[in-house]
Amino acid sequence: MADSKDFVAGVDSNAKKSPRRIVFITRRTSAQVKAETEDQIQTFPEVLFRAAVAIEVLAVVLVWISLMFNAPLEGLADPSHTPNPAKAPWYFLGLQEMLHYFPPVVAGVLVPGLVVMALIVIPYFKVNIEADGLFLKDREKRQRIFYVVAATLSIFLLVFKVYVALAPTLIMAGVMLVAAYSCPQSTSAFRRYLAARPLSYWVMTWFLFELVLLTAIGTFFRGPGWSWIWPWQGS
Amino acid sequence: MAKTDSSKTMDQYFEDLQQTRVWRSIFRSGPGSSTLKRALAIQQNVFLHLFSTKVRVRVLSFSATWYLGTLTLGTFLVLVATGIPLMLYYHPSVPQAYADTKDLQFVVSSGMFLRNLHRWSAHAMVFLVFAHMFKVFYRGAYRTPREFNWVIGVILLLITLLLSYTGYLLPWDQLAYWAITVGSNIASAVPLIGNKIHFLLLGGNAVNANALLRFYVLHCMILPLTAMFFVAIHFWRIRKDGGLYSHGSEPATMKAATANVAAAAKEAR
Ligand code: HEM
Repeated sequence: MADSKDFVAGVDSNAKKSPRRIVFITRRTSAQVKAETEDQIQTFPEVLFRAAVAIEVLAVVLVWISLMFNAPLEGLADPSHTPNPAKAPWYFLGLQEMLHYFPPVVAGVLVPGLVVMALIVIPYFKVNIEADGLFLKDREKRQRIFYVVAATLSIFLLVFKVYVALAPTLIMAGVMLVAAYSCPQSTSAFRRYLAARPLSYWVMTWFLFELVLLTAIGTFFRGPGWSWIWPWQGS
Repeated sequence: MAKTDSSKTMDQYFEDLQQTRVWRSIFRSGPGSSTLKRALAIQQNVFLHLFSTKVRVRVLSFSATWYLGTLTLGTFLVLVATGIPLMLYYHPSVPQAYADTKDLQFVVSSGMFLRNLHRWSAHAMVFLVFAHMFKVFYRGAYRTPREFNWVIGVILLLITLLLSYTGYLLPWDQLAYWAITVGSNIASAVPLIGNKIHFLLLGGNAVNANALLRFYVLHCMILPLTAMFFVAIHFWRIRKDGGLYSHGSEPATMKAATANVAAAAKEAR
C-alpha cells in the first residue's frame, strides 16, 4: 500500500512538444483482470428507450391535466389594492407560514440559509458516511444529547406558540425515543429498522415532515390576515 | 411498383439509409447493431456522451430511482418546448404583459392549452425535484464518491425554485404581483445589505415594470441556460462517479459479501 515512489516523472515536460510515453515497471507484476460480475445493459437503445417511455407517460399526464384544468389568471396587477391574504407560490408557503411566527431575519433569511447549508454538507459529514444507527454506540451519552436537543427545540417552539411545527417535532421525538430503546437484535422487524437509522435519517425525516405540514397549512388552512380557516370554508 | 424491392422491410430500408455517405458523414458511429456499435452510438455523440455506454441492470428497476430524476428532466423539456412558443406571444412590459396573457387565454388558438401545460409542468417540476432529492437521500446515493453531484443537485434545486418564482410574475395579474411582492420583501430582511439586494432584484424599490423585465430575462434566458449547464454536469458526474448508486454494487458491500462466503466455507470445513 504505502510504497514510496522510486521514480519521478513529468518534471521537465514541455507543453509545446508532443509528449513521450514512458512505461515504468517498478516490480514484477502479473496482469490482473478485474471483471465486473454484475449484469449490465446497453444504454443505446435499452436505457434511452426506458427514459423515453417514462417521459412520454409524464407528458401524457401533463397534457391530460392541462386539458382538464385551467391555469389561474386574476385581474390586472394593482399596487394600490392588496388582496387578503397575499400568498406566495405554494412551495414558499412553508416559509410564509414561518414568517407568521418569527421576524423576517429568522424565518426568511436564517432558516432557509441554514437549510441550504445543511443540505450541502450532508454528504461531507462523517456520521452520515458511517451511517450507523444513531443510538448504537455510546448509547447513554447520545440519549442524553437527544433529550436535551429535543426538549430545547420543543420549548423554543412552545414559547413562540408555533404549535404547527411543535406537533411534528413531538411525534418525531416519540419515534426516536422508541428507536433509542430498540436494539438491532429485537424480535420486532420495525424496531430493528428503527434501531439501525442513522442521525441524518432522523434529521431529514423531521425536515420532510415539517416541510410537508407547513406547506400544506400555508396552502389550505390560511385565510384573511393569515387566520386559520378550514379548506371547505372557502374565501 | 419496383418488383425487386417489394421484399424489403422497413428495417432494411433504414439500414440502407444508414449506409449512405450522407448518414455516415453525420453520425460518426456508422451502421450495424453489434455491442460495439451500440456503445459507439453513445460514446461518439456529443450529447449522449454524457451517459455511460452500459448501465447496471439493478439500478434500472423502477424501485431504485422511481425514475424521478428522469421525470424531472422530462418536465424541464416540456417547459422548454412550451416556453418558446409562449415567448412569441408575450411582451414583458406593463400593462401589455397582462393583455398578452389574456390573449393567450382567449384569442391565440390553443393558447390556453399552451399556458396550462407550461404552468402545470412548472408545478410538477418543483414537486419532482424535491421528490428526487428525498429519494436520493433515502437511498444513501449521496455518499462518496457522489458528494459533489449531490451539491450540484442542491444548486439545481435552487435554480428550479428561482425559475418557477421568476415565471410566476410574468402574467402580471394580481396573483403574480402580490406573490412576488411578498417573496421579494423577504430579501429586504437580510442584515445590512437587504435593501440593496431587494433593489438589485427588482430594479427599483417595488415590483414595477423594471422588475418585470428583469424577471423576464432571468426566466427566459439566464436561468434556463444555467440549468442546462448544471444538468449536463449532473449527468456527466453520474457516469464519472461509477454509474448510479446501488447498495449491492458498492465495493464495500461486495467485499463483505465475499468475506461472508469465505467465512461460511471455512465454517463448513
Ligand atoms: C433539475 C433538476 C434535476 C434533474 C433534471 C436531475 C436528474 C437526475 C437524473 C436523471 C438522475 C439519474 C437517476 C435518477 O433518476 O434518480 C439523477 C441522479 C442523481 N441526482 Fe439528480 N436531478 C436534479 C436535481 C437533483 C437534486 C435537487 C439533487 C439533490 C440535492 C440531486 C442529486 C442527485 C444524485 C446524488 C444523483 C445520483 C444518484 C445515484 O448515483 O444513484 N439531483 N439526477
